[in-house]
Amino acid sequence: MNWELIVIGAGPAGLAAALAAYDKGLRKIAIIERDRYAGGILNQCIHNGFGLHRFKEELTGPEYALKFIDRLRDTTIELICDTMVLHITPDRQVHTVSAEKGYQVYSASSIFLAMGCRERPRGAISIPGDRPAGVFTAGTAQRYINLEGYMCAKRVVILGSGDIGLIMARRLTLEGAKVLCCVEIMPHSSGLARNIAQCLKDFDIPLYLNHTVTDVTAANGRVSSVTVSRVDANRAPIPGTEMVFDCDTLLLSVGLIPENELSREAGIEIDPRTNGPFVYENMETSMKGVFAGGNVVHVHDLVDYVSEESAKAGEGAARFVSSAENADEAYIRMLNGDNVSYTVPQRIRPGRLEGSVKLFFRVRSKLGASVIKVSDASGQELASFKRLSMSPGEMENIFLPKEVFQKARGDISVSASEA
Amino acid sequence: MYDVIIVGCGITGAAAAFALSRYKLSVLVLEKENDIAIGATRANSAIIHAGYDPEPGTLMARLNVRGCEMAAELCAQLDVPYKNCGSLVLAFDDNDVKSIRALYERGVQNGVKRLELIDSRRLRELEPCVSDKAVAALYAPTSGIVNPWEYALAMAEVAALNGVKFLLSHPVTYITGQLGGFTVTSCGEQFNARYVVNAAGVDSAAVHEMVAEKAFTIKPSRGDYFLLDKSEGSRAKHTLFQCPGPAGKGVLVSPTVHGNLLAGPNAVSCLDAHRVNTTAEGLAFVKTHALKSVPGINFRDTIRSFAGMRANSDRNDFIIGFPVPGFLDLAGIKSPGLTCAPATGEYAAGLLEQHGLELVKKDSPVTARRKIRFKELSIPEKQRLISENPLYGRVICRCETITEGEIVEACHSPIPPVSVDGIKRRAGTGMGRCQGGFCGPRVLEILCRERGISPLEALKDGEGSVILFNETKAGGRA
Amino acid sequence: MAEMICIVCPRGCRLTVDEASGAVTGNSCPRGEAYGRSEILDPRRVYTGTVRITGASLPRGPVKSSAPIKTPLLMDVSREIESVTLISPVRRGDAALKNVLGTGIDIVVTRDM
Repeated sequence: MNWELIVIGAGPAGLAAALAAYDKGLRKIAIIERDRYAGGILNQCIHNGFGLHRFKEELTGPEYALKFIDRLRDTTIELICDTMVLHITPDRQVHTVSAEKGYQVYSASSIFLAMGCRERPRGAISIPGDRPAGVFTAGTAQRYINLEGYMCAKRVVILGSGDIGLIMARRLTLEGAKVLCCVEIMPHSSGLARNIAQCLKDFDIPLYLNHTVTDVTAANGRVSSVTVSRVDANRAPIPGTEMVFDCDTLLLSVGLIPENELSREAGIEIDPRTNGPFVYENMETSMKGVFAGGNVVHVHDLVDYVSEESAKAGEGAARFVSSAENADEAYIRMLNGDNVSYTVPQRIRPGRLEGSVKLFFRVRSKLGASVIKVSDASGQELASFKRLSMSPGEMENIFLPKEVFQKARGDISVSASEA
Repeated sequence: MYDVIIVGCGITGAAAAFALSRYKLSVLVLEKENDIAIGATRANSAIIHAGYDPEPGTLMARLNVRGCEMAAELCAQLDVPYKNCGSLVLAFDDNDVKSIRALYERGVQNGVKRLELIDSRRLRELEPCVSDKAVAALYAPTSGIVNPWEYALAMAEVAALNGVKFLLSHPVTYITGQLGGFTVTSCGEQFNARYVVNAAGVDSAAVHEMVAEKAFTIKPSRGDYFLLDKSEGSRAKHTLFQCPGPAGKGVLVSPTVHGNLLAGPNAVSCLDAHRVNTTAEGLAFVKTHALKSVPGINFRDTIRSFAGMRANSDRNDFIIGFPVPGFLDLAGIKSPGLTCAPATGEYAAGLLEQHGLELVKKDSPVTARRKIRFKELSIPEKQRLISENPLYGRVICRCETITEGEIVEACHSPIPPVSVDGIKRRAGTGMGRCQGGFCGPRVLEILCRERGISPLEALKDGEGSVILFNETKAGGRA
Repeated sequence: MAEMICIVCPRGCRLTVDEASGAVTGNSCPRGEAYGRSEILDPRRVYTGTVRITGASLPRGPVKSSAPIKTPLLMDVSREIESVTLISPVRRGDAALKNVLGTGIDIVVTRDM
């Protein structure tokens, strides 16, 4: 059987894309999920704060996922769980393996990549010291505590101020652990301001900006202390500023990396700025008929935008399948200007645009009242936007009307500067 | 009464057990840790050295060349990942050129085959990513890389299948007696043996001194390493050394058998042989020196940094011999101890025979081992395997594509693991870029199920390394 | 004057609240104004956590408070839930604990299990 669309991953991205493609008329859609149930990481994100943009109400992670999962029942979308995708090929074969069905190869007219992201492990930042039990990524601890019902910590230092780390500071506290501090190497938090307020301030947990972990010691196989030092402007630890915390756990919230093993192996072009595939205006990757959305493309702060972006991709896939919209077309590259670290989408085909493009990007450093400028290769300013403040921890977006791309001469760059 | 008790089960103890297990002997291995091969064997450069480093005439030189010759066939027989990738010692200036010439001479004297001094053009053909500043190199095509802990595990597992008994978490506290009647005390229990083999690594001087006068000192030397993602794995095709200095063979850059890139080590003398920590200075040193050989390495793609402890001694050679009759030291086994191991095991068996141990071959000893590596199978083989056992269809470690079937198999292997890292060493889970972030909890669950223990008892690695403290909502328990 | 970050939405506005008059500045919407005032007079948060459940595919289920709870009570609420064990099946919205600590607020399940 040939599927019109195979979605890889039943997290928020995959669910939104499958439903959007269904709404645009596709009927033979399969979602392949490696876990035992749909929902992805939302199942362990039991805190609230999801859905304010999309549903205008404040939902917990499982509730947000259910908004989509509930809808599956009224469709012909098939959810195939406990199944791992091993390879995808340029002719859109999807190789899978499961205990129930063994090794299966499915073919599809289009594919949507929704594998999400993974956490950076300790090795990725090379924290010196012993390597005992008690060093967890925040997401692993979250799984143990929220899904499996086990506490993996009593006295905790958290390195990194990403949102999962902040959320876990509150969860651990509510479950009876003592969170000694949260340590961030940058001069600003990488998490949302509201999470600093409701996860750290509410529980008097100190946040040390411009600090990092410089040693971990062990006793009897488990973490026994963590040394925290101040860093200079080059992020190098300053000798003499060490603080030693007696603790049994070091929790890491030091960044997320899009999970693109399948995409890379298939030969899809990856943007080194995002570690995700380069995508066009309709979220199509460099491989024809293969679309991507959510954290596999770039790491989001808000699931609402994951759903929105993925729904757009699902619509793109439906159009690809039904109208064979697959001619090669010229595209405009979206480049980093001053202070901008990436944009998504990275490539716009003006001939394919219907309405405006919602462009996501992040700034490199914290900015006060600022101007975002969009200009082309000739230096012509195409559009500008104002913001009261911007921070690398918060993804920004701007709407660029179709005309901008018709007017542009050459590639377009996006820059940000304080007004 | 055992014929032989082996104290310590790193690669050398495992190789001795493996060698002796072919004969009609009763052999006991006492290991102080809760798993074998978790001292120097688990954290080192993983190189099968060609044999041009050791001074001619030393035991080290002899065992090195022999061990290197044995590696390919033995690894194939034991199903241990091994690759004959060859090595290059890089010369950056005239002094280095003199050094590699001297190494070449040494190698020839030691009997290393196919050694070549090559110019910079040939070097670049062999190794395109090498630094422009390298002017010449010593090429040793016989050199290779191996998975060191799996090498030790494979030898120990085969020994176990041949009847060698392994007791883990059994530190030796006393040894009394003499040839024909030693009593080894461990965990309050007494074990008797005619012969004792001391393969206690960094503790080998302490074990030696239980029965003999102090004769040597172990001078532990720690080294830091970076392990990089497979995306960096193609930076080096060969093991790339710099010229050896007083501190050892220097920082190397090497592919690994898993397809990653390894860079390290530095060398720091340590007082405490049991604290194997990395340091910021050590890692910075390794980074600088590795970049000298291969300037393009992207250290942002590091997936793990770790340190290893070498059991160096105050001697220039391995310390292999009988300080008292019946008690054989296999001590001071520094680099290239991993390469030498199978030769050392063979040599040890020979020495014991010379000292009166009768070596009578078993009729049909186990000599080989086979492992299922799901990801390396063809599609029809995968299909057949899953239809026979559906657990091979459930992928647990997504980075390395390790299935539940392989984990269960590891849980019931001849020397069963007691920790999550024990499964990692046997099945390869958590070796990839997420370093067990995703699969850790599921591996723990399988370990507990297969061993019949509570998650609260599950260990990450060595004794005491508990992962979980208590249940949440414990007050709600009915 | 008290300064705070609004937690009503991810925008995270920086509010300034006059304790005496309750006047709020820095907000971008009426909900921010209400948050600023309540944060001075009567700070509240939605509680989220887990509850023990038997017979489900997982040993814990997610819960939340049906309305914001006084912030200083959050730890007490967490302890109160310790004594509850649900039996599968439960539906989202089912009460795991009614009128927690006499607040009139229920602790409700947020996933079908």
